[in-house]
Parts: sequence; structure tokens; C-alpha cells
Amino acid sequence: MSGRLGFVMLVHTALDRAAQVARFLAASGNPLVIHIDARVGAAEHGRFVQTLADLPGVRFSRRHRCEWGTWSLVAAMLTAAQTLLDAFPRVERVYTLSGACLPLRPVADLEAWLDRHPDTDFIESVNVADVNWTKGGLSEERFTLYFPIGFKRNKWLFDRLVDAQRLLRTRREVPDGLTPHIGSQWWCLTRATLNAILTDPMRPHYDGYFKRVWIPDESYFQTLVRLHARRIEGRSLTLGKFDHQGRPHVFYDDHLQLLRRSDCFMARKIWQGADRLYAHFLAPRDAPLSDAEPQPSRIDRHFARATSQRIRGRAGLYMASRFPVANRENGKTAEPYSVFQGFTEVFQDFEGWLAAVANCRVHGHLFAPHKAEFAGREKIFAGGLSDSATLRDYNPRAFLTNLLWSTRGERQCFQFGPADTQGRNLDLLRFMATDSNAQISVISGAWAVPLYRAGGDFGTLRKEAARLQRIESQMLDLLQSPEVRARIRIWTMAEFLENPAEPLHTLFDEIAPHSQARLMRIPDLVDLSGFGTFLQALRNQGMQPVLMGDFPLTPASPDPSHRMK
Amino acid sequence: MSGVARIWQAYQLRRKRQLRLGRALRKRRELQVLVNRTDAIRPRDILLFATLRNERARLPSFLAHYRRLGVSQFLIVDNGSTDGSADYLGAQPEVSLWHTTASYRDSRFGMDWVQGLLMRYGHGHWCVTVDADELLVYPHHDTRALPALTEWLEAGGEEMFGALMLDLYPRGPLDSVRFAPGQDPLEVLTWYDAGNYTIARKPGLEALWIQGGPRARAFFADQPARAPTLTKVPLVKWHWRYLYLNSTHALLPRHLNRIYDTEGGEKPSGVLLHTKFLPQIAAKSAEEKQRRQHFGEPGAFDAYYDALIAAPDLWTPASTPYRGWQQLEAEGLMSRGGWG
Repeated sequence: MSGRLGFVMLVHTALDRAAQVARFLAASGNPLVIHIDARVGAAEHGRFVQTLADLPGVRFSRRHRCEWGTWSLVAAMLTAAQTLLDAFPRVERVYTLSGACLPLRPVADLEAWLDRHPDTDFIESVNVADVNWTKGGLSEERFTLYFPIGFKRNKWLFDRLVDAQRLLRTRREVPDGLTPHIGSQWWCLTRATLNAILTDPMRPHYDGYFKRVWIPDESYFQTLVRLHARRIEGRSLTLGKFDHQGRPHVFYDDHLQLLRRSDCFMARKIWQGADRLYAHFLAPRDAPLSDAEPQPSRIDRHFARATSQRIRGRAGLYMASRFPVANRENGKTAEPYSVFQGFTEVFQDFEGWLAAVANCRVHGHLFAPHKAEFAGREKIFAGGLSDSATLRDYNPRAFLTNLLWSTRGERQCFQFGPADTQGRNLDLLRFMATDSNAQISVISGAWAVPLYRAGGDFGTLRKEAARLQRIESQMLDLLQSPEVRARIRIWTMAEFLENPAEPLHTLFDEIAPHSQARLMRIPDLVDLSGFGTFLQALRNQGMQPVLMGDFPLTPASPDPSHRMK
Repeated sequence: MSGVARIWQAYQLRRKRQLRLGRALRKRRELQVLVNRTDAIRPRDILLFATLRNERARLPSFLAHYRRLGVSQFLIVDNGSTDGSADYLGAQPEVSLWHTTASYRDSRFGMDWVQGLLMRYGHGHWCVTVDADELLVYPHHDTRALPALTEWLEAGGEEMFGALMLDLYPRGPLDSVRFAPGQDPLEVLTWYDAGNYTIARKPGLEALWIQGGPRARAFFADQPARAPTLTKVPLVKWHWRYLYLNSTHALLPRHLNRIYDTEGGEKPSGVLLHTKFLPQIAAKSAEEKQRRQHFGEPGAFDAYYDALIAAPDLWTPASTPYRGWQQLEAEGLMSRGGWG
């Protein structure tokens, strides 16, 4: 029972594709009125009309010069709709589409579906006071300012006119009885509603108002339909997705399965070079009628992902097209990681122990002066990171972010300390301390242990001790500053050694919440029997070691065999 | 930077651009036209510009790659090839060919010549500017040709498209693989470094300075600052006023270097697969070391050439095999941006 659904098609480019679609629609036995933008040249226009000359149900409406965002598009739509209603009295529903739309299902499916929804107008129509998806700052002002020229004709003048009117507090009166609504211009209305809009005695008044509204094609029918419709279903039957700039996403050949799965009747916009899409969806099908409901949400995830990637990006990624300024990273690094300062110094084989008890990758001093001590002392690590200190120190921060990006999915742990590369002005630590992914644990003063164990010329040791203490003091200041976002724990060495099991236990609950760490033996401490004497010797030489806390001259070593409690 | 300094800098860059453009105009005289098919260029065509020398072995796959992407016309400067490159190119239906034997270095490594052609033929077109050993890939390139990309970029108000240059290498010493002339280099060079790139921002030009990859770790570990620049802007909607400042790494005016987002988001970007390390590299490096045509300070890179002549093995257990754009995007080497 065809002939009751009429199409209005607005065409301005890719005329060959529009002709293909027109032919497909006309083949269903339903009439079609095409509006061709007056900017299309005579030759091209002639060819297009000629191509469709054999189709009795296709008419062409009087042409307007269309400019995006202006009344001309509404005028084109009104003329075409009037032509359709006048020429085809049997038409009960009118569906609008553009030349870049593509029917995804047979027209018969759509007709049957519409028959199941009698007397309903399908049009997206949202009260302008409630929308948050208009882009570019103009929503209500679209209706309360004057827009004598189109944005595309002169962007600068357009913006100045808006500025000037804001300054003058211009506020146009919206005609009585109208509540501005906006939405997609691709709608499907009943003859009764459309006719009521076209023949409304107030129409000249409304038209005069909308001629100076911005983007009236998204608001004219959407507003007036609220006066005349009996039942509005506030959605467009044409599938369309919008990106972060408010531009329609374009569909390409690789979207074929997505489009099929959507079960929508029509999609826009289609890239004119999408040969596969046109071939697939316009191919004659003799499948039985499908009564599947349109499910536009089925393709949401795909485009939502792209939009989020464009706006927020991937946390911890620095690349050719993503290089955020400070504090705009949406995550400075890709994954949580742990930094240990002073642990390898006081425990024997802390790395080996940690790797055995926690399911994570344990490196040595990644920023050691001579080379990057990767786990297993690899020369080249994940992603091609070299253990060369020169390469690493060329950009230590990139070294860290690269490592964390390349090892996504596996927690990284590494040792750090005042003897390591710090970057300029403690840049590296500052970066980590302000990174919420970092867990930084410090046993302060532990840097003295390797000095004590190395022995040798005491003058040199004393100088080195003074240097390391100076650096670590600065590090601690930084770690205690207000802008830190990392999880930071600091113990003096004396504090820590009183009961090493407790702090290790706490750290473990964070690194590996489900591990059985608390049942494991804590690693053996290094022999510190002469350490107190060593510190005293430093004091005697006039260097005051303070960061390790009150370390007794002869420490009582905790029982190495006791378990974490 | 103070307002005055900023204006002074802008003025200097503008002056530099004008001088360079003037120079490119003069350098056009060094070019002798062999085949001119530029009459066939239609308004929305995508054009490709290149300078090359002795690339006969790469040309078939190079042309095939860019034809597949939808490049309509190739405008190529042959810098004195002796291996039949010119004859081969001249016989291709959509190649316009110029010839010169003038100095590559004095022409800013071929850029002056290409610049002259861009100015004359590129205006208003989306132009790809690459070397014969650079193959552009980008998200969806297998299903969406360049016109799809450029239309979408243009609709979003973009004028350029950035890329990371990604060095590809074989497993084993560089001369240990077999490569038949005309073969697709991607069949031989199948590995790359996925995550060792460093980025700094060049304040004056607003360009990113990306370095790293196998060359940085294998040849420049002692002087990373000298490692090759891997930032590229190979695709630009050209205007005759535009200038490639330094190879295709940076342009003037400066806004063309903003191929990156600074607010946390990702702009769309691609990768230039760099097929430099074919087995012929050893012989080519020996020749280039002799010709001294490739760097501003020729002697400074002798060690680099010597290392290449020795045909080292760039492969490591941390290398990644190339498996297409989806993988490159997942690894964060390129991005679809919002192009879903």
C-alpha cells in the first residue's frame, strides 16, 4: 500500500549519490520532491534532472540559494513540502532527508513501521532552555538576537554583530505562543501537522521572526510542531551522531556492520566515496519485511570512544598529536607505580624479595647515575627503552612516562634515591610527587648505609654524605609540599628499623591487596652493627647526619626470622 | 615573553619565510622539466611532492601505496639519479617529473625545489610531501582514502595533519635480509620501537621536537641531542605563502605546527613508516658520506655513517612487529582523534 509516504530531499553536492538514493526511494512507489540548491551549476543541474527523468514519482521544487545556518534552508524545505502536499494528495506522511542520507532498510519496512505508529510526528524537538548540546556558545541567543548574515559568509562580522548586540542588550521578542525548541531538521511529520504549519494564519508573522533567527532549519518546524501536533515522538528517525564540535560524524565503508546493527531506517551523513555502503544498502533486496525496532544507541559506544579520545585523550600518553601542558594531562602517567627510597639500602636483596612476593615488575635504581637498572638488568626494555644513562637523562620524565605507558597492565616498582638522576631542579621527583598514580615510600637517611658499607677514604665519604643529605632534604621538602598528589610515606631510618614489618605490611596492602604478603618472611636487614659508630664518626668530622633520626650507637637488630603480623 | 619580543619574533619569522620563498623561486631555475602532466590536475585532487635520487627499487611500491590512498598526481624532482628512476617515473601516467643535478644540500636538502613546485602547483590542494622511503599510514587508511581524511579535516577547520616518523628495521644485520627491487619494503622491514620517544616543545616555532627510536638508541646514545627529528607534517592544505622550514618537520606560519592538542585531548595523526633500512643502506651510506650532501655540518655525522656502513643489527627482544594501523594506534603512536 505505497504512495502514502512522501520524501523531501535537499541536495547540494554529490549529486550522483543523491540520484542513486532518489532512485532507490522512488522504486518503492512513493513520491519524492527534490530541492536542488540554486548554487549548483546549470549543467550539473540539468544532468541530474535528466538522470531521474524516467521516474514519474519524482518532482523538483522551486530552487533557493542555500546558505548554512540561514532561513534559505527553511525556505527550501517549505517550498518542497508544499510541492509534495499539492502534487500528491494521497501522501499521509512526509520524511525529510538530505543528499548525504542513506536508507539502511527497505522503504516498505519504514512504511509498515509508520503504520504501527499512526498519527505520530517524529521530530527531535527540545526546549532550548534545556539543551546542553549546542556548540559554539549560542543557544538561547539564537532566538533573542538578530542574525542578518550567515556565519560562513563573514565569520568576523558575524561575531562582531553578536558582540555588539550583547553589549546593547538586544533582546528580540519571541512571538506569542511560541516556545523555542531545537533539534535535527530530518523529521517525519504527518500530513495533518505539516499542513497545519503551512496554513497557519500566523505563518507570515512566524516566518518574519525566524528569518532573523540563527540556524532556523533546526528550530522552525521543531518549534511550530509544538502548536499543531497531536502526538510528538521526540526523536529523529534518521540516525546521526555528532562529534565534539557539533559536526555530524561521517559514515564510511568500515561502518557497514555498525549501520546494519543499528536497524535504523536512514543514516546521515555518508561519505560520498563510501562505495561499499551505497552498494550494500541500495542493492535490491527481497528479504521479508522486518519489524525490528530502530536501535540508534547500538552505535553510540563506537563514536563515544572517538569523542572521548579527542577531548580527554588517553591518560599517560605523550605523542605527536597529544602533548598536554602541565596539569591538563588527565592523568600524568598511565598506571599506578611504586617508588622505594632507602629500601634496597637497608634490606638484603629487597628487589628479589619484592618480585617474589608481589605480582609486579621490580626494577633497581632506574635513575642510577651509570645506567638504568631495569628488572633482570635488561639492556633494552619494553618499547625499546635503552639502559643508557645519557639517553635516559636527555629526558628523564619521558623515560618514566614511556616506561609506564609501555608496561600498561603490569605494576612497575623501582628504587630511587638522592644519588640518582633528579632532572633539573628535582623535576623528576616533582613530577612523580604531583602524580596521583605514584606511591612513594621513603626511609630517610638510608643513603648513608652504602657509604658506611663501602668504606674507603673518610674525607670522600664525608663529602658524599653531605651532598646526599642536602639533596634528600630538598626531596623531603618537596614531598611535604602542599601540591603533592602521590601517596607518600616517609620514615626516618631509626623509626623504620624499630619495626620494619609494619610499614612493609601497609605498603603491601596497596601494591598487591590480595597477596599473602603478611604471611611471608620479611627480607633480611643488612648488617648495621657498626652504622651508629659510622654516623658518630661523621659527626666528629663536623658533618651532622640528621635524616636517619635518632640512631643508637649500637642498634638492637630486630629478630630477622619474625613474620609480619 | 614580553609583547615586544613576541612581535619582534613574529616579524623575524615572517621575514625568514619571505626570504626562503624568494629563494625557492630562484631555485626553480635549477629544475629542468622532463614530463609535465600538471594540466591534468583537477581542483580537489590530492597531490604528492618529492625529491629523490636513485630510488628505483622503492618506486613501484611507493607509487602503489600512495595511489591506493587516493593521490591523484605526483610531482617529483629527480636529483641526478643514475639507476633508471627518471625513466621509470617518466613512464607513469600521473607523474610530472623535473630533473636537476644541482647540489642537494644547497637546495636545503631538496626542500627549495619542492617548495617551488608547491608554490606553483600546490596552492589550494591537500599536498603530501614525503621522501621515497616514507609511507604514510593513518587510522582507517585501509578503508578510507586520503580524500575522506582531508574532507573531514577541512570540515573541522584543520589545515594540516601530523605524523610520527617510525623507523622500520629487519631482524638481524641490516644487510642480512633479501630485498628484490620493486618488492614492498614492508615485507622485509617488519620491526619498530614502540615506546622510546622523547618530546620537547620548540617554543619559538610551537613545534614538537620528537626524537628516539632505533637510531637514537643505536647511533646517538652518547649525544641524544643529535638524534634525528621524527616530527613530520606531511599533509597540508597548501597555500602559496606556506613554507616548509626544515625538511617537513616544521612550517611557517607557525600555526601549521600545532598538530597536537595541549588540553589533554588527542588530535588525529598518522605515522610515516620509514623504510630507510633496506639492505642497500650500507652502500648508500658510503656514498652519502662521500657526497656530504645530507647534513648541515657534514663531518659531524661520519660516525653515524660508519655505523650504518657496518650494517648493524637494530633488532632487540623489545622490538615490536608491524601489524597495521590498529596496533600503532593502540600503542599511542598515532591517533584517530575524534574520527570514529
